[in-house]
Amino acid sequence: MHIPDGFLNMATVASTYTISVGGVANAVRIANKKLGEKQVPMMGVLAAFIFAAQMLNFPVAGGTSGHLIGAALAAILLGPWAAVIIMSAVLIAQSLIFQDGGLLALGANIFNMAIIASFSAYYIYRLAQSLLGDSGKGQLIGVFAASWGSVLLASIACAVELAISGASPWGVVLPAMAGVHALIGIGEGLITSAVVSLVLATRADLMRLQKI
Amino acid sequence: MSKKWWIIALVISLALATISPLASSAPDGLERVAEDNGFLSLALEAPFEIVADYVFPGIANEALATIIAGWLGTILLFIAVYGLAWLIKSRRRTTTV
Repeated sequence: MHIPDGFLNMATVASTYTISVGGVANAVRIANKKLGEKQVPMMGVLAAFIFAAQMLNFPVAGGTSGHLIGAALAAILLGPWAAVIIMSAVLIAQSLIFQDGGLLALGANIFNMAIIASFSAYYIYRLAQSLLGDSGKGQLIGVFAASWGSVLLASIACAVELAISGASPWGVVLPAMAGVHALIGIGEGLITSAVVSLVLATRADLMRLQKI
Repeated sequence: MSKKWWIIALVISLALATISPLASSAPDGLERVAEDNGFLSLALEAPFEIVADYVFPGIANEALATIIAGWLGTILLFIAVYGLAWLIKSRRRTTTV
């Protein structure tokens, strides 16, 4: 879902950069208050894991592929503001070094995949936990729902930016983006659930770190 | 707290980067939508290329070039975000004590 340069108009580039710079600055400010000894290596490892996992495109229907975003995993393990920092670092490296996602579109890519995806995942997960309780099964249903929802909502944000920019009409790009990402989101849900299950089975204490 | 878990997690991440040549090369969701709806041609070339498309330059074997690009990014992000998080945390200590 990395937007290249050329898809977005200048108004969208400027507004998404403004929101994303503010969001990342706020994430750093909050992390500065709450970040503890135990979360530091976890943040580095999650950034590394998410970068590597994003390289693994899996096929979905109709000659299309998708890959993990990872915001849901980061938000569930460490909280939404820590996830914003991790995801932004991954997206900045991908844009600057790997030419994946445009330089002008970086603000929009951070807005969609770092901010929207992290917060939607975190609150869907919290909602599911309050409805289903803290059992292992309830937790995993929450993880799946949060991961799927985060991909869908990020893709809708992306479609809105494309429509506002005039790249494609609303009635076309909105259902097309939501449709294909409803499928890709299943992959996000399965991968994130698998990783969380592994953490629960081996180091359940890591699930209980203070959320940032 | 045992440090072992994050070393294992880092090794798993490097292993994922190692199998990255096996990833699907089909267009992703956004590329597919852009292609089907006629706006893929709006995409501009990057003004500069470093490790473009996750292929490390100057290596003839493309699978190997992809693996090396993957290792580079994985290690770089681990160091960068570990360092950044450490900096964010340690700055507080100096200001509050």
